[in-house]
Amino acid sequence: MIGMIIRRFFQLIFLLFGISFLVFSSMYLAPGDPASMIGGPTASESDIEAIRENLGLNEPFLTQYASYVGGLVQGDLGYSYQTRQSVSEAIAVRLPNTLKLAIASMIVAIIIGILAGLISALKHNSWLDVGSTTFALAGISIPNFWMGAVLILVFAVNLQWLPVGGMSSPWYTIEGMKELILPAITLGTGAAAMIARMTRSSMLEVIRADYVRTARAKGVKESSVIWIHTLKNAMIPVLTVIGVNFGSLLGGTIITEKVFAINGVGRLMIDAIAARDFPMVQGSVLLVATLFVLVNLIVDIVYTYVDPRIKYQ
Amino acid sequence: MAETVTVTGNERPKKKKKEHEFILTAKKLLKNKLAVIGLIIIILQVGMAIFAPMMTSHDPVKQNLAASELPIFSEGHWLGTDNYGRDVWSRIVFGSRISLVVGIVAVSLGLLGGVTLGLLGGYYKKLDGIIMRIVDLLFSFPGILLAMLIIAVLGTSLINVAIAISIWSIPACARIVRGSVLSIKEKEYIMAMKSVGASDLRIMFKHILPNCFAPIIVFATMRMATAILSTAALSYLGLGAQPPTPEWGAMISQGQAFMWSSPHLTIIPGIAIMLTVFAFNVVGDGLRDAIDPNMDV
Repeated sequence: MIGMIIRRFFQLIFLLFGISFLVFSSMYLAPGDPASMIGGPTASESDIEAIRENLGLNEPFLTQYASYVGGLVQGDLGYSYQTRQSVSEAIAVRLPNTLKLAIASMIVAIIIGILAGLISALKHNSWLDVGSTTFALAGISIPNFWMGAVLILVFAVNLQWLPVGGMSSPWYTIEGMKELILPAITLGTGAAAMIARMTRSSMLEVIRADYVRTARAKGVKESSVIWIHTLKNAMIPVLTVIGVNFGSLLGGTIITEKVFAINGVGRLMIDAIAARDFPMVQGSVLLVATLFVLVNLIVDIVYTYVDPRIKYQ
Repeated sequence: MAETVTVTGNERPKKKKKEHEFILTAKKLLKNKLAVIGLIIIILQVGMAIFAPMMTSHDPVKQNLAASELPIFSEGHWLGTDNYGRDVWSRIVFGSRISLVVGIVAVSLGLLGGVTLGLLGGYYKKLDGIIMRIVDLLFSFPGILLAMLIIAVLGTSLINVAIAISIWSIPACARIVRGSVLSIKEKEYIMAMKSVGASDLRIMFKHILPNCFAPIIVFATMRMATAILSTAALSYLGLGAQPPTPEWGAMISQGQAFMWSSPHLTIIPGIAIMLTVFAFNVVGDGLRDAIDPNMDV
């Protein structure tokens, strides 16, 4: 087990190098001269050359990459072309909002997904099953940015129960929770649908297993059969889906932040792409990808605890 | 004489079996009610995209400020008009062309890259390590993030969106094809082909690839749903279609500013996206169930 974690940790380091290389070289290949962007339209040729020299843009590609990685190790992601602000600082300010949104959405997804999947499996072929399956199908087909807009229209504009957008209050206050509800539902529905589908199929499979029949034959209470014998084993594939979806939710926050005008890393990234502010794009993409990889690693490690049959070679 | 008999004897049942398999899959698919509904929606949408100019008398980009923000069921504009007085129905109709074309281009390019990498990785052990590390690297980005990174490099346009989505599709497709190739290449008929001296290219493209078609078709159908949804999402973020292009995601983004006065500008394009994505998802699901319910796509 410890050997596996150490091995995975080394693989992670290589992967992070790969990610940083891919992101850095993408930005390097992007058209447009960063020095002219920083200098602005009024800068003279000598000014631009001075900026280029100052930023080390005249250095060969690998030297530039090495100095970028050197900065990365010390937590320095460079400076924005647009605002001259430190990229690390800009991200650090916005990261809590993104994480808050991703975690809240995951909680919504797990609660709705597992409940819907359970009801569907336990009431197999009933109207509840049909309703739950339809919800799961709709959940993966509805564009979340559209759902967010519709939720705003209904709950914020018409009913005025919840705020239209923004995320400025701490999460543990009533206001903070109110701000989180609509974005979390918007982002969590897609993942909830996947979790519901997996819970349903996994439960239906386990519920027909021999050991469940044996438990019933022994006279074990139905509630114990469901909660102890069935659910525990049915949850293993569900955990996989939860893990995979948590990573995707991090990507999904980008769109949801735009819909609800949340000041997060995703919105920072969209604005940076529009302004061709490469250090900002580079830093935010790198951060989200790193989080994604880390989450996947944690999920892999958790599997081995939940299901001891899994062995990583 | 004896030889002729053997050849015809070999070929006929093979042809019959192929037809039989196809018909069997089609029959199974048609028994699935949801898949049939999905198929009907797709056929209607393809028809709408092909015959778009005949479906509406309005120009989707022509502004008429005198008739702006008309509600649904208005005279001459049954789905109303937007803030520039453009007919919403004609924008939806022409928007279906964009969604389908971008989806088809993105999925085709993704398949081209994914199938090639998957075939090479699965067939040549030496290449497998490198190809799979590239695939792992691409997998370490959430899909939409990878697409955004590519758009950041290439610039914002619908063509770049198609390219970005295709690159995002490559790793998943490569893994599926590689998995199939690994199991097929151990089959006896492949060994037989090798022993009679068939070239690697011939074995890969004539004997292995056709046997990977089932998972590829299911993947492509489901990927169409993802591609259409992502095109809309990227256009919504302002990274895809630019005004005045009648793209569904961009229509939602523009309509959101008028959600208070004209909610139909946001709701109608959303329903169009939802129906299309739903259709491709259920047909993909149906195809998988009809071909092999245990298929891992």
